[in-house]
Amino acid sequence: MVSRPASLSCVEAPPPSVEPGAGVGSHSGQLAKSAQAEGPGRLRPLGHQRGAALVVEHLTKRFGDRVAFDDVSFEVGYGEVFGFLGPNGAGKTTTVRTLATLIAPSSGSAVVAGIPLSAKNAPAVRSRISMMPESPGLYLRLSVTENLQFFAGLYELDDASKRIGRALKAVNLEDRADDLCGSLSKGLRQRVALARALLNDPAVLFLDEPTSGLDPLATREVHELIASLREHGVTIFLTTHRLEEAERLCDRVAILNTRLRMVGRPDELRARLFRHSLEVRLRAPLRHPEALLRALPAVEGWEPMPSGYRLAVTDPEVAAPALARALVGAGAEILSITEPRHSLEDVYLELVDEDVEAKAR
Amino acid sequence: MSFSRARVSAVVRKELRDYRRNRFVVATMAALPLLFITLPTIQLVAANATAKALSLRIGLSLLYMLVVPVTMPSVVCAYAVVGEREQGTLEPVLSTPVRREELLVAKALAAFLPTLVIAYAVFGAFLAIAAAFAHPAVVSTIFAGSHVLVQVLFTPLLAGWAIWVGVAVSSRCTDVRVAQQLSVLGSVPPLVIVALMSLNVVPESTALAIGLAAALLAFDLLAWRVVAFMFDSERLLTGQRR
Repeated sequence: MVSRPASLSCVEAPPPSVEPGAGVGSHSGQLAKSAQAEGPGRLRPLGHQRGAALVVEHLTKRFGDRVAFDDVSFEVGYGEVFGFLGPNGAGKTTTVRTLATLIAPSSGSAVVAGIPLSAKNAPAVRSRISMMPESPGLYLRLSVTENLQFFAGLYELDDASKRIGRALKAVNLEDRADDLCGSLSKGLRQRVALARALLNDPAVLFLDEPTSGLDPLATREVHELIASLREHGVTIFLTTHRLEEAERLCDRVAILNTRLRMVGRPDELRARLFRHSLEVRLRAPLRHPEALLRALPAVEGWEPMPSGYRLAVTDPEVAAPALARALVGAGAEILSITEPRHSLEDVYLELVDEDVEAKAR
Repeated sequence: MSFSRARVSAVVRKELRDYRRNRFVVATMAALPLLFITLPTIQLVAANATAKALSLRIGLSLLYMLVVPVTMPSVVCAYAVVGEREQGTLEPVLSTPVRREELLVAKALAAFLPTLVIAYAVFGAFLAIAAAFAHPAVVSTIFAGSHVLVQVLFTPLLAGWAIWVGVAVSSRCTDVRVAQQLSVLGSVPPLVIVALMSLNVVPESTALAIGLAAALLAFDLLAWRVVAFMFDSERLLTGQRR
């Protein structure tokens, strides 16, 4: 089990100097002081923070003639877990690298953790974010603590040993602190990488496929940690192929296929993409289904399916009771009436299929 | 954000720790000095005062000493960038506030410091052995003229050049072995100039030694700027240019 991250306050020292116009007010020094006053090792959930952790406007990246991602715009609020989905080569990792200032955008703009994205602001942005790439990227000849000490040094953290202790506690690796990273399993290395990403109490945490290649147990542990970070107000930008992971963890998701196809809560995406429907299963078919089903309120159409009917409805809460009454009145024996729930996978596949079809045309 | 000595220090500490546990680097740091002190020491101790080519032999022996600061950092620095890429650590490092100049200076220092210590230790040992066992005429020839000055001046400067060549090659290569070979190759040219002086092809003088050292220092500083300019995180991470 992964323990709760202790004192992941998501606040830090006042931000370093940035270019004029930077909206850095969302992480106030006051919050930092109050978090410090709490002392290390105590849980401190974040209060409400104004503004957006990420504001991306018409961001585009081209490598020569190849477009990595095009005209991408979205916002992510503080404390939100934002899922970034898309097929291989859709531009997800390039987007993350761009927002993490590792790659310069070709056009468009972005504000990351309150700081406008620019070459000059890059070190300031990087001091307020963390990134965990798909590969853990650890020095295998160094111990867990030595790896974390190195990164704490790069962030110039004064209280490095306390933060290292907290980060190790958060990922439940205190007992492996002196082990060489080369001797750890892939799952444990991933946890060390997560601990590293937590060292600087990031305002925005970019996780690129954090559960890639992990076994179900290790995956569950990472999920628990992400859920726990969310509870403490850490903004998480989660790139993943695992749709059930996104559905389970994310407040909102974006689906990218070079261009941004959709952004919203998973249920919003489902509602936008799929019409409401009811599925009714009967012991025997109706004699005159058209007359009965068409007459129902909120029913737009119907089609037969094995052992029943599928109804397109505008409002399932109106249509379902009316359907049940009508069927009982007609003497039908009802086996079930259900509202089929489309998964995020359905939404994803629908959008990606649309793109494939559009390209084929 | 200004140039941070704390970040440079963090990288240097990490690099030195990593080197210590890298068998190949440790073997290189141990084997090269042994090789390049054994040969010239035998040559000098066996030499006598009447040998016609005594000056040439001393020049050659001292040249061996300068091979250490050229080859050792080349081999070590070849890991600097391509090694980070191979083990997937470059992206996490570049996503921290560290500046490329800080990273490069730190990588250079981490190779420079052990090289300097080992190269001077080898030279010191060579002088001590020569003073104890070589013919007095050989010893006086070594300490006369600008031999010692050349060694003291050119050891760090040649190491500096080798380091920047190594880092530059490492930034462009995708394989550590290839990077090492190319680095050693690229580090040799300045040694040739020193060799011409050591082997009396160009008449050796203190003024010439200082002049060449100043020129090499300028090249080293220029190389740092060029390497810093070449260090493009976008190309290193994506393999593509902007």
